[in-house]
Amino acid sequence: MAVIDLANPTRFLRIVDRVLPWLIAATVVLFAVGLYRALNAPDDYQQGATVKIMFLHVPAAWLGMFGWALMSIAALGTLVWRHPLADVAGKAAAPIGAAFTFICLVTGSLWGRPTWGTYWVWDARLTSMLVLLLLYLGVLALYWTAEEPGRGARAAAILSLVGAVNLPIIKFSVDWWNTLHQPASVFRLSGSTIDPSLLTPLLIMALAFTFLFVTLHLAVMRNEILRRRVRSMRLMQAQEVRA
Amino acid sequence: MNMLVAILVRDMRLAVRVGGGAFMGALFFLIVITMMPFAIGPDLALLARIGPAILWLGALLASLLALDRLFATDHDDGSLDLLMMGQVPLELTVAAKALAHWLTTGLPLVVIAPLLGLMLNIDLHALGWLALTLAAGTPALTFIGLIGAALSVALRRGGLLLAVLVLPLTVPVLIFGVAAANAAIAGSTPFGPAFTILCALSLFSLVLGPIAATAALRHGLE
Repeated sequence: MAVIDLANPTRFLRIVDRVLPWLIAATVVLFAVGLYRALNAPDDYQQGATVKIMFLHVPAAWLGMFGWALMSIAALGTLVWRHPLADVAGKAAAPIGAAFTFICLVTGSLWGRPTWGTYWVWDARLTSMLVLLLLYLGVLALYWTAEEPGRGARAAAILSLVGAVNLPIIKFSVDWWNTLHQPASVFRLSGSTIDPSLLTPLLIMALAFTFLFVTLHLAVMRNEILRRRVRSMRLMQAQEVRA
Repeated sequence: MNMLVAILVRDMRLAVRVGGGAFMGALFFLIVITMMPFAIGPDLALLARIGPAILWLGALLASLLALDRLFATDHDDGSLDLLMMGQVPLELTVAAKALAHWLTTGLPLVVIAPLLGLMLNIDLHALGWLALTLAAGTPALTFIGLIGAALSVALRRGGLLLAVLVLPLTVPVLIFGVAAANAAIAGSTPFGPAFTILCALSLFSLVLGPIAATAALRHGLE
């Protein structure tokens, strides 16, 4: 099935209706397994039980960044290929990505209090996530202020692409500016530095979060399509009344 | 080329004449810097230490406030539509407009910065270097802001939306601008790397800004 087959919103809705229950079931199962494994994982010898926050924090951070990547791809779809569902996909990804970024910041802050002794430090990784959240909020503000959905979507698509180009620069400059957060420890050339007893639950949780993201994304896309249909039906009705 | 020069000259003339508000940004800059000691206290040693940061923040806010005028007036009187239908590629037109905007709002900030630095008790020898960092960095602010200005004129929403969109993107400029200025004043870190990265950011936004702004105008005003 090609991407172009999904261009028909009705067909897309039919596929979503068929797939969504399975996705919800898979998400629930993955979360059940992941949370069970995470809660039974051994405590860290230094951090104690607070290490469990990592199982929410790290996947949320990944998915927060994944959301922007998805928005950029959708933006290309909107501007270059004019795929009719691309702007719906971009619009749906923005609030979800913002929420995951927010979860990442909140859980990180709760972890930082017992471990670093403070809720917030102006560290490079924290700050770059905060800037990512601000960029998300900017995109959301753009959607809120646009009267016509199509125009707002194109404006947001341009902003997503500019953000995608700028995010590495922001990340790099903020890294240069100040750093306390530990460097990447899961994906490294020399192999992961995390013990398997902690790594396996983490990866299961990451998978569960990804399924949650995809499920929410499809559901929000469906709602957005229906909302647009309601809007155009209302407009048609208003025209009929006037005529 | 003649067309671009004509646009440049036209925009600069409009900016310096009555109602243009070219030097409003510089005036705002002066007022912000004057307000700072009221908030922080007249401790000269403290002011000297945080002076570069204050100057950079003031310049950032001043150039942000002026961005609204980049397209809004041209859109109101219809000349933006004419510019978009012109034979010159819109990217170049937009770049010429942004350059004119920088010359009339960014350059005055650079010029008065040494005076304001003097008020903040920054070392006399460092004032020139400080102005140099602003001269290298403010074009980036204008050309990044160009994207926000185009987006907000396409949506017919100005003001706060513009600030919300543009400010997060200016984080690197602020970081390296203040780093270069601090290096010039304190001399504890080398001036070169931060300054060259600042120049790179300006050159980068010089390319990215007009392209993204043109896309925003084309998609928003069609």
